[in-house]
Amino acid sequence: MTDAAPEHTAAAGAGGPPPAEESGGGAPGGPGDTELLGWPLTDSHGQAVVYCGREGYWELMSGLKAEGFDMCVDLCAVDYLNHAGRDLPARIPPERFEVVVNLLSMGQKRRVRVRVQVPESDPVLPTLFDLWPGTEAMEREAFDLFGVRFDGHPDLTRILMPEDWEGHPLRKDYGVGRIPVQFKATPGPRMREEAP
Amino acid sequence: MSDHVDLVETSEGAQELQERKRTGPEELRRELGSVLRLPEGVALDPGDISTEVPEDETMIINMGPQHPSTHGVLRLMLELDGETVLRTKPIIGYLHTGMEKTGEELMYIQGGTNVTRMDYLAPLFNELVFALAVEKLLDIEVPPRATWIRMLMIELNRAASHLLWLATNGMDLGAIGMMLYGWRERELVLAFLEKVTGLRMNHNYIRPGGVAADLPDGWRDDLVAICETIPVRLDDYETLLTGQPIFQDRTQSVGVLGPELAVALGATGPILRSTGIEWDLRRDEPHLFYDQLAFDVIVGSYGDCFDRYAIRLAEVRESIRMVRQMMELMPPGDYRTQDTKVTPPPRSRIDESMEALIHHFKLYTEGFKVPQGEVYVAIESPRGELGCYLVSDGSAKPYRLHIRAPSFLNLQTLPSMMRGGLVADAVAIISSVDPIMGEVDR
Repeated sequence: MTDAAPEHTAAAGAGGPPPAEESGGGAPGGPGDTELLGWPLTDSHGQAVVYCGREGYWELMSGLKAEGFDMCVDLCAVDYLNHAGRDLPARIPPERFEVVVNLLSMGQKRRVRVRVQVPESDPVLPTLFDLWPGTEAMEREAFDLFGVRFDGHPDLTRILMPEDWEGHPLRKDYGVGRIPVQFKATPGPRMREEAP
Repeated sequence: MSDHVDLVETSEGAQELQERKRTGPEELRRELGSVLRLPEGVALDPGDISTEVPEDETMIINMGPQHPSTHGVLRLMLELDGETVLRTKPIIGYLHTGMEKTGEELMYIQGGTNVTRMDYLAPLFNELVFALAVEKLLDIEVPPRATWIRMLMIELNRAASHLLWLATNGMDLGAIGMMLYGWRERELVLAFLEKVTGLRMNHNYIRPGGVAADLPDGWRDDLVAICETIPVRLDDYETLLTGQPIFQDRTQSVGVLGPELAVALGATGPILRSTGIEWDLRRDEPHLFYDQLAFDVIVGSYGDCFDRYAIRLAEVRESIRMVRQMMELMPPGDYRTQDTKVTPPPRSRIDESMEALIHHFKLYTEGFKVPQGEVYVAIESPRGELGCYLVSDGSAKPYRLHIRAPSFLNLQTLPSMMRGGLVADAVAIISSVDPIMGEVDR
């Protein structure tokens, strides 16, 4: 396993292995945890999960591609607004958004899942389009539903929602139930406001 | 490459094809779906694409979203030079109903009714992948009989899905007889599914912890009838379509996709296998009890529409072959786990036990809590890898439910398959991708 990010390895070597997190079924951070390309690697229900921050995202993904992960199976975002206390390795400071990328190596019959933290203040990641062109639609979907932008994406437009839609509906603070109905006038005031 | 993209938060502009005068080689390769950072020589040479076509000599037409051969509400923008397709852009979202958001509001016990409506031709697969993800988070085992029933049902569902595809593919190519036959055979299978689950579609039959009901009396007889009928009918299809010169002309060497492109674009299922790549999750990442069954992974060699047709036809045979084996292997036992945490008490207990009544009430009003964690589960659906990414925060509802829909990614192969073909072939190509808009848009 080549080491693509020596500075992270050094940081990890100083800090030791990621400490065990709170107990709970399948919580990452068991004693057998290791690293992959300098980033903490944990086991979640028998699946390999790598955590990384935004600054090392591109290097990590290029490294994984070079390791033979030839297909990007899935890419989606998660908004952890209401679940900030999730289990993360100590080195990885939690941010509001997480982009989760599932990679598959058909030759080695191996999968790995990358969870990258994306801050709320500036939700931008480099696009993976140059590594796996198949992420084009998935990144558009993450942008459409969560507002995570992908720098360098060739066509970052809405994909599922109408193009004039406002807001990103899968965000946890998106106002469910206050959506104006299409093809009608803007909804009037609520009943209690009408009552004197 | 990205200099023309304005990263504005809410006004993203139109989804339409860009004007041709903005179409440099980079943009063209993107339109091909093939801005591949592949090794030199493998990547499409942009030199074979004329960027010099003047704007007034091409025509952009909309195909869909109400076109009968776009399989639902797929809209394609085609740029045509005469009869030849230059650029294609699939525009989706017309069936988006926010099912992933809805999934966050439904308890795990209700989630099946939501996900089953995504891929409406293979609803049992959606239920299965959701149930497997929940079970993995809960860390519970389902009884062997439940797993065998699940496998039996999804293989029948796969046959039904492919039969419907054969029907619509025939219709798209003008083989109306095939359409009638495909629907007829699918009805055989659906009648069995209805007998078992109570519904022809959207069954909500596979649930976390097992299945909703045991197989009914006489299920073997019904299956024997299905297993004897369908292979004979498949032979008829072979006579009707496979060797027919018109059908061959319309599908062979049409919509060719290379293996590198298929992998890079994330295509799975029959599309990937048609390019010659042997990849079937049932064999390569054995889940359920597929390692105990004998079946073949059908692989094509040319990556064209005909290969995709032949693969699906052969996969129906393989499914029937597996159903035959499963009839022998079906063990006795429970059809759902006896873990009272996820399984409600039986109906008869409710009448005689207050605790059972309370337990039943609590389970259906509060649901069951799932430990914190996140998991990704993938199974082989008729269209490819169907995945479920589930995040739990420890409550009775998923914190995040994401379905990796195979059609969503398979659609990305359209622009490169279409390029250089005729408009009439476009219909054959769309059909061969087998997009189910319910799961594309979710």
